[in-house]
Amino acid sequence: MVQAFRIENEGLINRDKKLSFKFNGKTYIGYEGDTLASALLANGVHLVGRSFKYHRPRGFFGAGVDEPYAVVQLYRNGETEPNIKATEQELFEGLEAKSVNCWPSVNFDIGAINNFLKIFLPAGFYYKTFMWPKSFWYRIYEPFIRKAAGLGVASTKHDKERYEHKYEYCDLLIAGSGPSGLAGAYAAAKNGAKVILAEDKPRFGGSLLTSDVNIGNQSGKDWAEGIIAELKTMPNVVVKNRSQIFGYYDHNMLVMSEKVSDHLPSTKKYHPNKRLWYIRAKEVLISSGSIERPIVFGNNDTPGVMLSSAAKEYLKVYGVLVGRKPLVFTNNDSGYETAIEFKKHGVDPVVLDSRKNPESEIIGEAKNLGINIKNSYVVVAAQGYKKVKSADIASISDDKKQLGKIENIQCDCICVSGFWTPTIHLASQSGNKTKFKEEIDAFVPGQSKQNEITLGAANGVFTLEETLKTSFKAGSELSKKLTEKDNEIAIPNVVEKKSSQHDKFWCVPLPKGKNYKRFLDFQNDVAVSDIEIALREGYRSIEHVKRYTTLGMATDQGKTSNLNGLQLVSEIENKVVPAVGHTTFRPPYTPISIGAIVGREVGKHSKPTRKSPMHSWHEKNNAVFVDAGVWLRPRYYKRGNENLFEGSKREAKNVRTNVGVCDVTTLGKIDIKGPDAAELLNRVYTNAWLKLPVGKARYGVMLREDGIVMDDGTTTRISENHYHMTTTTAQAANVLSHLEYYLQLVWPELNVNVVSTTEQWAGAAIAGPKSRDLLQKLFPNSDVSNEGLPFMGYTEEDLFGVKARIFRISFSGELAYEVNVESDYGNFMWEKIMDVGEEFKIQPYGTEALSTLRIEMGHVAGSELDGRTIPYDNALEGLVSKKKDFIGKRSLQRSAFTAEDRQRVVGVVPLDKQTSIPEGSHLVKDDKAPIPNPKLGHISASCWSVEYDNPFSLAILKDGKNMIGQKLFAMSPLKNKIIPVEIVSSHYVDPKGERVRS
Amino acid sequence: MLYINCPHCGMRSQNEFSYGGDASVKRPELNKEVSDQEWNNFVYNRKSLRGKHLELWQHISGCRQWIKVERDTATHEIFRTFKADEEVA
Repeated sequence: MVQAFRIENEGLINRDKKLSFKFNGKTYIGYEGDTLASALLANGVHLVGRSFKYHRPRGFFGAGVDEPYAVVQLYRNGETEPNIKATEQELFEGLEAKSVNCWPSVNFDIGAINNFLKIFLPAGFYYKTFMWPKSFWYRIYEPFIRKAAGLGVASTKHDKERYEHKYEYCDLLIAGSGPSGLAGAYAAAKNGAKVILAEDKPRFGGSLLTSDVNIGNQSGKDWAEGIIAELKTMPNVVVKNRSQIFGYYDHNMLVMSEKVSDHLPSTKKYHPNKRLWYIRAKEVLISSGSIERPIVFGNNDTPGVMLSSAAKEYLKVYGVLVGRKPLVFTNNDSGYETAIEFKKHGVDPVVLDSRKNPESEIIGEAKNLGINIKNSYVVVAAQGYKKVKSADIASISDDKKQLGKIENIQCDCICVSGFWTPTIHLASQSGNKTKFKEEIDAFVPGQSKQNEITLGAANGVFTLEETLKTSFKAGSELSKKLTEKDNEIAIPNVVEKKSSQHDKFWCVPLPKGKNYKRFLDFQNDVAVSDIEIALREGYRSIEHVKRYTTLGMATDQGKTSNLNGLQLVSEIENKVVPAVGHTTFRPPYTPISIGAIVGREVGKHSKPTRKSPMHSWHEKNNAVFVDAGVWLRPRYYKRGNENLFEGSKREAKNVRTNVGVCDVTTLGKIDIKGPDAAELLNRVYTNAWLKLPVGKARYGVMLREDGIVMDDGTTTRISENHYHMTTTTAQAANVLSHLEYYLQLVWPELNVNVVSTTEQWAGAAIAGPKSRDLLQKLFPNSDVSNEGLPFMGYTEEDLFGVKARIFRISFSGELAYEVNVESDYGNFMWEKIMDVGEEFKIQPYGTEALSTLRIEMGHVAGSELDGRTIPYDNALEGLVSKKKDFIGKRSLQRSAFTAEDRQRVVGVVPLDKQTSIPEGSHLVKDDKAPIPNPKLGHISASCWSVEYDNPFSLAILKDGKNMIGQKLFAMSPLKNKIIPVEIVSSHYVDPKGERVRS
Repeated sequence: MLYINCPHCGMRSQNEFSYGGDASVKRPELNKEVSDQEWNNFVYNRKSLRGKHLELWQHISGCRQWIKVERDTATHEIFRTFKADEEVA
């Protein structure tokens, strides 16, 4: 395949390595070191997409991150990714890409009919048109707009790529490796500072790669190479290419996305696709350079119209001619640099300069080379549909209002330069108050808020000599502060051509009788006329104009359009640009893969997984696990083809008739020690704690200061000044923080220490009528009789040589014990319990059976202690001390909390004794009442009572105390169920609590 | 992400801490009669200050100490940090 537009002896590509790739199904050849854009241009392909709104043909406009058009769908290694800029995507063997936003193909796009209907698609069209009827939005308008719009399609497959996060600290972070970044990095590195130098492109050097300058008797490019090579050898320097710093956050935290593998056909084993760096920098040097701005003229979106700097970059870096008959349209000297490069490679450009009589070294060189220059001339409109074929040009009056006679000249590309816009995004994100600099018609950073400094072109400095001088100085001074070293660096001699003042000219007037579209924002199809409409319709704030017209929105975030938009608004409004102001720059500077943001925290890694020491036993015994917070707990142990309902019923029944064992390791455990421990408990819990004897446990409820129940659990007095507190699994961390809060801030005079011991103890609950017999066999030498170890008793015994704590406490409502051993012995304990328990028909039970047991006993748990209930609501008011004060007590006097008809926990049984009531169902008096049907309460927990073999639920019901015996309806619109129910006591089984004491 | 100087551990990133609200709130003493107004002020009523704000943070993934942080709610600037028992002048 011929690369017709590739020239010899120029560019930084590797001509020894040919790469084949596909674009829109057609195969092309490029070289290693190409971007997709440069390789396509080398093959003469200019048409790459269709515009967002009018589906006009689009080509390449830039050569990097500023590209508004050439957004493609990429296919790599069986994956696809949308929203890839062809100007940034490096070529690799086998790359495949497709145009987006066109159907059926980029050459023939049906949506282009919008182009001819454009009179009907002005700014705000969507807002105005799709407002009504409301019902049309979801069914008709939105699907239609979605199909027509968009920049590619996200993959719906699982992303096989790996993304990493990395945290880094440094003295000096430098964003951009142009002359300013290199000088700053070098000076700081020489002073021993820890430096990170980040470059978004594959090659370091920035503008030095394309500009005709000399530094210290070598070309700018060679000087840059030398500096980078030296920096790479220094241990205190990290140099990163393909790395975009895209966000500047609080306290000098910057985030950088490193493309580790995007330039390769597939990601190497153990390598991430991208790596996100969170960098905390003491100082930040922003050397992000500048982006050339376009001049606005008719049909300025035609493929072949591009930035003059991009044309130069394609030539100097990639050895690619963007055209053979170039027209350069400029208001400053940069256009001449591009023209000179064309001329040097045997191509004759024509230069149109809007200035009347400019003179400078650069212009002088152009003239000497014999380049055709037309002063006071402008491009009025590009001609050609899928590619520039010619240009309508005209002379322009000194006041830039009158056009001369229109002439047409043949050309195949128009390279446009409207001067330079400093890239101030990072500085602005840092909180820097930007200011407008008249001399360059652009905003530059002003007063710093964080430790950041912007230098070089990003600061509006466009001469190399000054850039190098200020950057060496800044690098040296910033590092000196941090390292206290001051190694003098000789600033090299600079040879550069002097340029003349640019022309404050940015938009070509329309010739009489012509109504060319003059685009400001190329990505969103925002034309001059759209801004005019917005202003006519009363939008004044630039933020409103942006949102109404979409100027500066979408993936390029207006990198090439913002300033021209501001110029237009200020001109119409008759204001100066700084009075109009600019829209807020927000991170990210350029689109970042969601995968990179998520990092490794996907799937199972989205949160930590906690497992009890008995986990492997559960696995081996067919446990079906359930997430309990971050814990994995057995939900039931599957036997044969049992489902959850059958399995949990079997397990619960076995607890009621024989004995079961449940892994309760996940319960929160807090070790409390100190002479004032009892006093702390007395203040934290609602009931009295001062007189709890050693060797006894007590159930307690703790409140928040607003009177709402925070948590419940048992606490045991291990010895005089030593307590063992248990919390619910869910609240363990919060309760610890709660205790620490009161001990450290409110009552620091209490001499108590608290520490989490959740992971130090493994716990097994042994429950059922045969649990004592089992316990006696586990601890043959201990007295575990009802007298020796009474209800709520505690003892420390020896379990086959292992120290064990035995608590006689019960959540199931049966005679029950909890045995704790140090975690490492958890599995040993469990296996002993199962071995010895075999003769008592022991079965392990999971959380589902555990719930069943507690629900039919009327024991409240998380579903009732839901952050909305007080002790009374849970029938726990008997535990609220009237004598002493405690956390949250005063709140219980609130009138709503003392109301006669206050909500309260009740039991609920379906009248048919068959239909299970969905949790969350509402209880209502009349199932036929009009919606919204007044809600009396809700079902908090449901189970199948194994005691009575019918469904049973708990509910929080208004005036629950007086509702026992009432008939209501449980309604679940979600499950489409209306169930007649009877309200009963929440203590459905063993209401007197005899079993636990037996 | 904020960078907080824990008085016990030094400079640490915000993700090691959890926020604990206004540090100037004083809990009424135990067993003391308090009016509804006083109690409501303690439990519910907070000023949403713009500017310098003394607030509590707990270094939960570090030393677990509650600390006081003087922070500007508009700019996120942190001026000073204190141990729990340090008086703020």
